Amino acid sequence: MQVSLYRYNPETDEAPYMQDFTLEVPGGRDIMVLKLLELLKEQDETISYRRSCSEGVCGSDGLNMNGKNGLACITPLSEVVKKGKLSIKPLPGLPVIRDLVVDMDQFYTQYKKIQPYLINNEPPPSKERLQSPEDRAKLDGLYECILCACCSTACPSFWWNPDKFIGPAGLLQAYRFLADSRDTATEERLANLEDPFSVFRCRGIMNCVNVCPKGLNPTRAIGHIRNMLLQRAV
Amino acid sequence: MVTQVTSFSRNGLSDWVVQRVTAVILAVYTLVVVGFLLLGDIGYTEWSTLFDQTWMQIFTLLAILSTCAHAWIGMWTIGTDYIREHYFGSGADGIRFIYQITCIIALAIYLIWSIKILWGN
Ligand code: SF4
Ligand code: SF4
Repeated sequence: MQVSLYRYNPETDEAPYMQDFTLEVPGGRDIMVLKLLELLKEQDETISYRRSCSEGVCGSDGLNMNGKNGLACITPLSEVVKKGKLSIKPLPGLPVIRDLVVDMDQFYTQYKKIQPYLINNEPPPSKERLQSPEDRAKLDGLYECILCACCSTACPSFWWNPDKFIGPAGLLQAYRFLADSRDTATEERLANLEDPFSVFRCRGIMNCVNVCPKGLNPTRAIGHIRNMLLQRAV
Repeated sequence: MVTQVTSFSRNGLSDWVVQRVTAVILAVYTLVVVGFLLLGDIGYTEWSTLFDQTWMQIFTLLAILSTCAHAWIGMWTIGTDYIREHYFGSGADGIRFIYQITCIIALAIYLIWSIKILWGN
């Protein structure tokens, strides 16, 4: 099969370019894209990418495969290869450090802004802050996010204003804490989100939902945040 | 740098609500006008009688104000999405400023001109 790989080494290359490889998948098996990258690395050891767990848990190998973002380690070739061809690029929109490795600073800066931790200034109970099963259930579909950035880097609003729009990943987490019965900072969290950029740059295109490898729905969370802002205002 | 100083209300929520309310006003206004036109034989007399009525004048003014607010929020968003350094280089702020002024002047002209048509002779 044919693989076209995004290459860029800022120390030697003036500009990024696509490098073509031809390779036979051993036994014609349906391997994961990450495995394919490992095979390519045997041909050319300078190829750089991030990886860690290789089972879709750590979120470090988010890539753009034939135009769609996803985790290389849990994306089988059969899902992405078209007509024997596969193009692999870094996550779109973020600055490229080298080959498939991107600089995630903008992504984490937005994540940091939403204060991704429980805020509760009431004196802690002797054991732990309990939550009813119903309240706990409200966090389902939110807490599972692995911060792989597949969604935010597929979102045009995030491409255009990565310094002001929180982006789907950050907003999903913002709602995760807004929805938490143990968190008492709802008011200040909402106050930090009502400017024209943080939340309201979302145009509901749903690219985020389309690519999330965990099957999460940031658009729905953003809708909930908008409703909370609306209810707070009227 | 893209900032929010020129935003309609500087508050994303109000912009969002205004955008939706004005859309509804404009939709109803369009339906009323199109409905009137479909009534049949509409000539100058029928048309000017319609616009002589106070409710129609108020409704029309409301529709024009809605157009201005709706268009400004939309154009502002487009400008802050696309007129950025990434595409336009270091002159992006200046270009965006000229773009925004052009939009404001155009909308002001529509507003004043419409008022003149509505209440002029
Ligand atoms: S729904 Fe909103 S957050 Fe998701 S991709 Fe579209 S604009 Fe971005
Ligand atoms: S919401 Fe999904 S795509 Fe976005 S960062 Fe979390 S796990 Fe990744």
